[in-house]
Amino acid sequence: MKNLVILGAGTSGTMMASHLVKKLPKKEWNITIIDQYKTHYYQPGFLFLPFDIYTEEQVKKTGSKFIPKGVKYVQEKIELIEPEFNKVVLQDDKTLNYDILIIATGSKIAPDEIEGMEGPEWQKSIFDFYSYEGAKALRDKLREWKGGKLVVHITEMPIKCPVAPLEFAFLADSYFKKKGMRDKVDITYVTPLDGAFTKPKATKALHHLLEEKGIKEVTSFNIERVDYENNKIIDYADTEVAYDLLVTVPTNMGDELIERSGMGDDLNFVPTHKHTLQSKNHDNVFVIGDATNIPTSKAGSVAHFEAEILEENILRYIEGKTLKEDFDGHANCFVETGNGKALLIDFNYTQEPVEGTFPFPGVGPLKLLKENKMNHLGKLAFRWIYWNMLLKGIPIPFVSSKMSTKGKRIEQTA
Amino acid sequence: MKKLIANREIDVNEEGYLIDFSQWNREIGEGIASNCDIEMTDKHWEVIEYLQDKHLKEEALSIRGIKKSGVINIKEFYALFPKGPLKTSTLIAGIPKPKSCI
Repeated sequence: MKNLVILGAGTSGTMMASHLVKKLPKKEWNITIIDQYKTHYYQPGFLFLPFDIYTEEQVKKTGSKFIPKGVKYVQEKIELIEPEFNKVVLQDDKTLNYDILIIATGSKIAPDEIEGMEGPEWQKSIFDFYSYEGAKALRDKLREWKGGKLVVHITEMPIKCPVAPLEFAFLADSYFKKKGMRDKVDITYVTPLDGAFTKPKATKALHHLLEEKGIKEVTSFNIERVDYENNKIIDYADTEVAYDLLVTVPTNMGDELIERSGMGDDLNFVPTHKHTLQSKNHDNVFVIGDATNIPTSKAGSVAHFEAEILEENILRYIEGKTLKEDFDGHANCFVETGNGKALLIDFNYTQEPVEGTFPFPGVGPLKLLKENKMNHLGKLAFRWIYWNMLLKGIPIPFVSSKMSTKGKRIEQTA
Repeated sequence: MKKLIANREIDVNEEGYLIDFSQWNREIGEGIASNCDIEMTDKHWEVIEYLQDKHLKEEALSIRGIKKSGVINIKEFYALFPKGPLKTSTLIAGIPKPKSCI
């Protein structure tokens, strides 16, 4: 028997288990998935939790429920990967040999990377919403907050779901409007980028929305430290931004396991071929989702598109065929803009988000880079799709893993 | 597009970044720096060489990377190249503007 081992039972790992259990012959392959945590979180829901749009129950379920039959689920901490020996070491020095390894250990916040962030004011006046605990603590804070300066801040790139902090700012605007206290809240969006987003056309559209909602922008802000005693963030150019309530996206890093195993870059992300998803240093190690260092968004949609291509490449690897260089960096993200509306962006390594219709060219019903109610409904529907289709490896109709340019207004460059 | 820098015609993109690194030399760097009101010192050149070396090795540039460079700390980096230090220093170094952003 041969062993395929998946590290991490989050979005990517669970999807890979669902895909591969259907494809690998049971007589030849054992599939094992390892994760130390019991709970599977619907991470996109962390955006809605602080505003009481989603409840706690809507964003978490028991992880084992989603592991398909025929896959062995081990709930244990992973101590070390020893790629030279094709071996994974678990707690209590138990070891597991593999023929193929899939790393799907994700990324998480590292607030201790910035001086003063995770200090005495953490979860008092300084919050994150990228963790379940953080989003919940922030919800409790917002319920009783009387207003003041709200600063929504990104520490450094890359981050998981790069549109989430913008969505947070938009949703905060509608939340305080609904509470009848928008005039008591001053919202500022602070980013290390030189605009609202990473791609020019989307930046323009999103900048316009920020302006429309009276949200101020501070750009090119590379934070040095949080001065929690005087309620301000300070950057390397000595620019200061004062806050009463700081909602920050801390540095995002890959799991410490990657660092312990000496397999990561500065941020513990695993160097990965951006078109095949094979790790750069070991042929039988593949990487998917937030754990990779590839230059695309760290997002569930990306993991979903990657999973389809990785499934094929693993089968090709087993058969000794050349891997397909098929992954194009495709990302597809709903951007909540508040007041029951959203916009949608669809892009890849080379094509930035543009206007158009999705998924049916000229029809929609979703509109690219334009706000509408249908897009918002699409985002809400996605929670159901996530639990019931995505994790089970059921393809989403009409949405292909490679980006399509149909229905998009693409300017031709000469 | 073409731009006249240090009396030579150089190929640049719309933001002024060199398209072809082989057209770069110290005088070109000096010329770009003076357009940015920066007077180059040995420390400036040391940083430029570090950035060019990273670029040739195809390693991504970031503020975090500067912290670990051993050449300079971030405070000094901002002092040498005020405002957007990575943007300005890569412009002078004749290498592409870093895409720290996805």
